[in-house]
Amino acid sequence: MDNLLLMIAPLFSSKLLLVLFFGTLFGLILGVLPGLGPTTGGALILPFTMTLDPLSAIVLLTSIYCAGTYGGAITAVLINTPGTPAAAATCLDGYPLAQKGEAGRALGMATVSSTVGGIFSVIILVFFAPILAQLAYEFGQPEYFALAIFGLTMLASIGEGSPIKNLIAGAFGILISTVGKDFMTSIDRFTFGINELTEGIGFIPVVVGLFAMSEMLTQSTLINQVFNRIALKAIKLPSKDDYKKTWKTILRSSGIGSFIGVLPAEGGTVASLIGYSEAKRFSKKPEEFGKGSIEGIAGAEAANNAATGGAMVPTLALGIPGSATTAVILTGLIIHGVRPGPDLFREQPDFLYGIFGAMLIANVLFFIFGFFGAKIFARITLVPNKILWPMIFAVSVCGTYSLNQSIIDVWIMLFFGVLGFFMRRYGFSVVPVIIGLILGELVEGTLRQSLVIFDGNWFMFFTRPIALTFFILSLIALAFPLIRAKKIKK
Amino acid sequence: MKNVQKQKRANKSLPFFFRDEFKVSFVIIFISVALLITTFTFDIVPPILNRGIQPATFPKALLVLIIVMTLLIYYFATKNPWKVQKKLPKSFFLTLLSFFIFVVISKTLDFFLAISALSIFVSYYWGEKRIFYLLLVGIIFPVIVFVFFETILGLRFPPGIITNIYYS
Repeated sequence: MDNLLLMIAPLFSSKLLLVLFFGTLFGLILGVLPGLGPTTGGALILPFTMTLDPLSAIVLLTSIYCAGTYGGAITAVLINTPGTPAAAATCLDGYPLAQKGEAGRALGMATVSSTVGGIFSVIILVFFAPILAQLAYEFGQPEYFALAIFGLTMLASIGEGSPIKNLIAGAFGILISTVGKDFMTSIDRFTFGINELTEGIGFIPVVVGLFAMSEMLTQSTLINQVFNRIALKAIKLPSKDDYKKTWKTILRSSGIGSFIGVLPAEGGTVASLIGYSEAKRFSKKPEEFGKGSIEGIAGAEAANNAATGGAMVPTLALGIPGSATTAVILTGLIIHGVRPGPDLFREQPDFLYGIFGAMLIANVLFFIFGFFGAKIFARITLVPNKILWPMIFAVSVCGTYSLNQSIIDVWIMLFFGVLGFFMRRYGFSVVPVIIGLILGELVEGTLRQSLVIFDGNWFMFFTRPIALTFFILSLIALAFPLIRAKKIKK
Repeated sequence: MKNVQKQKRANKSLPFFFRDEFKVSFVIIFISVALLITTFTFDIVPPILNRGIQPATFPKALLVLIIVMTLLIYYFATKNPWKVQKKLPKSFFLTLLSFFIFVVISKTLDFFLAISALSIFVSYYWGEKRIFYLLLVGIIFPVIVFVFFETILGLRFPPGIITNIYYS
């Protein structure tokens, strides 16, 4: 009961309501714009959150996350380009349905299923995160080390792209975290005599560079791209018949999305693809998929929004990000001095349940905004890239500079922008770099502290049941892509 | 799908050192080896202060791991070549050049001027020829951003031609 009261607390705070309002609005705009999305948008907004208290800052980021994930569907339906990667599966049926003159119906279904998926996942988050956090009380340094390794190997298993490339990117992210003074012995590593590097490489220049600047370079290769836009008259609520056809799909995809979200990987993107394929598998009319199936839209959208709450579970309970955007949210928590984990549940329940409540409200808000404002948001895609991206550059540069008032940070951001562009060009996802960077200190710190506890005996890791379980799960995660590849070959 | 196969076949017909998989693997391994050599210059902690492992051990292990995995992706690529990437357009190189110009101007002249110059340069080369919009992205918007950061966030920008006039 107390927790429920804490959850609805944001409703009674005018400041939090205002933050939620702007976060949802901003998230929708970001979701609608192809190439931006909640991850890049969250990265751009991170420096600005420094002016807010920790709860407002995280509420802002999570509302951007929820609304941005839904916003991608508007562009997917109307211009056949996913506003966010998580909306890629929505294009498959959303656009064909819009071409048949039923854009309003397609967006109506996307809005309803996204809201249901989002709310479902918040409920999962409320019940599941404290249980996971309770379990984490059993964790010592070796268990945390094994858990972080498991988180990284999951990237190889269910993240997008080549598993080995994902692992290389993750290892590179961890390597970046070693730059600067060694936290245990204060010895300089990879500083090359540059004073500014002794404090290490900050999260924000890397995050903004890898997401925003690399996207700017990607957009520079697409300036002649023309979108075929479909006019939207008005969003329609799904009919009774539509509900009859899709309610099972929405619930199933909400479950799938929440589960995939909990696993430390690329969250919504993978969830929507699995949600879509499962919707097809269970459908009575699978032949309609790809030609404008309402079930296809429901399956993809419920799953990608359900992944938002799911991905917050390991982020808040263990400090292991469940998706790219939660990696940005985790960065926000860290720079605001909030340490995720079981202690957070015990010491700051008002903070946590405030976030849960805010996510719930954000799901309701984007339903209202989406339903009444989709026509306006669709027009945002008319802003040409030649105007939009120079503006994003100005915000990125000032935002990155503002954190430490260091010009070196801006150059680091540009360096990672160029690096991120080439990584993506050659099939290396940038998400593992961020996750590696965030987990780097945890991986190295827990490894070294464990070795101190074990007196340098590496085999002692395998005498701890929880750590051993995570190592076995890591091996399974590494073997999974090989098994999958063999199955596909057959 | 056919297109991807075609691109893969086109890649296979190239000499190995022109293939993307070779170039990418070579760059990663080259940088990793250079960094690996650097780790041997890290200070060694006396046994009394050493907690678990030496500070260089962890980065060394990571770099070896990266090298091994890169060799693996190259090995797999010899069996299943990557598809040939489209040539990068002129607009990409101009945007990249604008980053470089930004660094030079922000270092020598003015941070704010560098943002304006990049914004106008990028917008123009991406196809915007209307003066009003160039002014919007190059001057009006950066001024709004500058004022926002300066007044609301209390940020002090680095000294330069324009910022010095503003601060004086």
